[in-house]
Amino acid sequence: MASISDSDANQSSSFKLSMLVNDTRYRGLTFQFIALMLIIFLMAWLGMNLVRNLAAAGLDISYGFLDQSAGYDINQALIPYTSQSSHLQAAIVGVLNTLLVALLGCVTATIIGVTAGVLRLSKNWLISRLMSAYVEAFRNVPVLIWILMIGTIVTVSGGNPREFLGEDPNSNLFLGAFAFTNRGLYAPAVELGPGAIFVAIAVVVGIVGFFLWRRHVKKTLFQSGKLLPAWPSWLILIGLPVIAYFAFAGAVSLSMPDTMANRFNIQGGTLVGKPLIALWLALSVYTGAFIAENVRAGILAVSKGQTEAAAALGLRPRRVMNLVVLPQALRVIIPPLISQYLNLTKNSSLAIAVGYADITATLGGITLNQTGRAIECILMLMLFYLIISLSISAIMNVYNSRVALKER
Amino acid sequence: MSDTHAQSVAYVRESFIDQQPAPITETGAIKWLRTNLFSSIPYTILTFVAIYVIYVLLSGFLPWLLGGVWNASSIRECREMMGGSGAGCFAVLTERWNQLLFGFSYPSEEYWRPSLAFVLLFVAVAPVLFAALPRKMLVITLLYPFIAYWLIWGGTILVSAFALLGVVGGYFAYTMAERRAGFALSLLVAVLAAVAIWWLSGFAVAEEPGFLELPPVESRNMGGFMLNMMLGVVCVSLSLPFGIVLALGRQSRLPIIKFICVAFIEFVRGVPLITLLFVANVVLAYFLPPGTTFDLILRVIIMITMFASAYIAEVIRGGLAALPRGQYEGAESLGLDYWQSMRLIILPQALKISIPGIVNVAVGLFKDTTLVSIISMFDVVGMIRGPILASTDWNGVYWELYGFAALLFFVTCYGISQYSQWLERQLATDHR
Repeated sequence: MASISDSDANQSSSFKLSMLVNDTRYRGLTFQFIALMLIIFLMAWLGMNLVRNLAAAGLDISYGFLDQSAGYDINQALIPYTSQSSHLQAAIVGVLNTLLVALLGCVTATIIGVTAGVLRLSKNWLISRLMSAYVEAFRNVPVLIWILMIGTIVTVSGGNPREFLGEDPNSNLFLGAFAFTNRGLYAPAVELGPGAIFVAIAVVVGIVGFFLWRRHVKKTLFQSGKLLPAWPSWLILIGLPVIAYFAFAGAVSLSMPDTMANRFNIQGGTLVGKPLIALWLALSVYTGAFIAENVRAGILAVSKGQTEAAAALGLRPRRVMNLVVLPQALRVIIPPLISQYLNLTKNSSLAIAVGYADITATLGGITLNQTGRAIECILMLMLFYLIISLSISAIMNVYNSRVALKER
Repeated sequence: MSDTHAQSVAYVRESFIDQQPAPITETGAIKWLRTNLFSSIPYTILTFVAIYVIYVLLSGFLPWLLGGVWNASSIRECREMMGGSGAGCFAVLTERWNQLLFGFSYPSEEYWRPSLAFVLLFVAVAPVLFAALPRKMLVITLLYPFIAYWLIWGGTILVSAFALLGVVGGYFAYTMAERRAGFALSLLVAVLAAVAIWWLSGFAVAEEPGFLELPPVESRNMGGFMLNMMLGVVCVSLSLPFGIVLALGRQSRLPIIKFICVAFIEFVRGVPLITLLFVANVVLAYFLPPGTTFDLILRVIIMITMFASAYIAEVIRGGLAALPRGQYEGAESLGLDYWQSMRLIILPQALKISIPGIVNVAVGLFKDTTLVSIISMFDVVGMIRGPILASTDWNGVYWELYGFAALLFFVTCYGISQYSQWLERQLATDHR
């Protein structure tokens, strides 16, 4: 409020109280002051209620409960976890599970969405109608119903693991590695031995090298007009890890599901639980429908004249796509695509409906119910999602400002 | 063109050939098939794949749908009647129809009330949706919330009537005050007038508690699809004004107001709706004065409205940002103050641009009302997951029930999105 008194002193002595509302110089300040007071008053009121309610209930805000033993089992955990572990560990398992299903879902949703979006623009009448039906069906029905329905499909499907057992099984493993049973999907597991770190480094170097080569190609093209081939980038990307894999033999190995180990169950490999599969599938197809619309809109946003102009320059169709249409379409597609990733991550909080142990189910569900620490649990839950959302949108803003059209 | 060669060619036809029909492969169904389905080898393959997919889907779905049993009292009876044909057991829908629509504890003799409110809803929204209808019908729209409240919750009509009176009184106070003071002060006067009327009317209601009384129904007895409709309609209509205010606040030049709006929007958009519902369910009570009992539905409405208004605010912000700078400058040059320029020039255009986005949010919000089933409210999904599937009679009838719920939502949401596309075409004032 310093500026009021300053200008008040400078301008005239005829400052009237009504000027606080009627004079445009002060009006903004007045309203902001009122708004600030209201907010402070509201916060203080809520805070006082909280203190009084907590005192009445004999509670306090404390995070000590996180160290206590959780006492419940989680069927799918990426890190070692037993029912003796603490609530904090249960929450971390939940966080990792959320991130896992979000990551898997984003990848498959993108694949489904891009395919459906491109096919919806296809000149084939039947295909485009089929894709429209898919998109409309999934967009207009709540994701919770899809999760429950796909959860039911996954739950009732899959046979007894015994069908896969023994010398002469009734069913063979799919590709010799995957078995879908009523317990879930048995899949090969990656086992890391000594030296695995070098293989990991090779993978990272491969990825970095891939992009460096691409950049080099672009730079030479723009500077000297010479078009270098793109295939060495793939060689770097795939070759380096392969060399590392053989150089450090045994560092990374696959543990296959073993059907011979005993008579009752498949051993070895990893068991992907049914809740994860159900949630993953449901989120992928649901978000895929939205991504399909974004992709379609992005491709339609590139005006036909661009394609025609590129063709008039003598570019071949593939190059027209890569150099002219795609860069412009991606500028339109990527921002909503990232919002869809964000939506998928947030929708994964419905995991509770199929019994998948994500952060909402562990920290916001069982831990909350067991300890009664509602405020602390929900606060942590919200913070977690907030951190994810804000980091994703920060990345998005950086990307947006990089690809945005440079105007005036 | 044809003249140029007239001297150089030996023979020029002097009469026109009669117009010939196009070759059979270039007309009618055959041409359509050739261009749309079999234009090239990859497309032909795709067509056959699509036909196969449709065949598989329909061959599974149609016998299930058409051979279904509609009259039975339990799943066992259903199975006996079908004799293992694998058809659907739709008897669950006929038997639990009322529960799916109204929940299981709404008094059955009062079903006409929400049904009437539902029918009136269409009358009330029609003048909002279709500008061609007479403007006087908007009176029904304004009366509708009060009538619907009275119909659904029951009790004396005085509560609704005085609530309406307060709004009307506030409106008149606003018009009176606006001649002298600006928008904000008049708004304050209006709110004060309305609150005064509501406060005074409290005594009148206490005097006559039985005047035109319908049997009151507790909020916790509401359920089924009715609950989804109620939450959807109430929250969407409430979140529009809040969203507009938030969007204007976010675009505002006043830093404190801007900061408050940005913080609210980013916070609400950053967390999933389910955590906000948890807040409504278990945390909100801690922040209210001790001893307040607060209806769960009301708490949920508050939270969903907050959620939706943050999203609508972002959509409207897009609309505001899309307006050319000249529109703002034009409004200023006419000498309009902030609220006048917003009301008369900026918002109508910005809202028109944001229609698709607002409809998207509305549809998404309506779908998200099913999430209340996770905090154990019995909306249509909650009814299915809870009482119906848990009962021994209908344990295991998943597809019919989920399919029915999906159909309800599909019809509503698809209808809304088709309407919005129609509206966009109607409002397209730019000539393209």
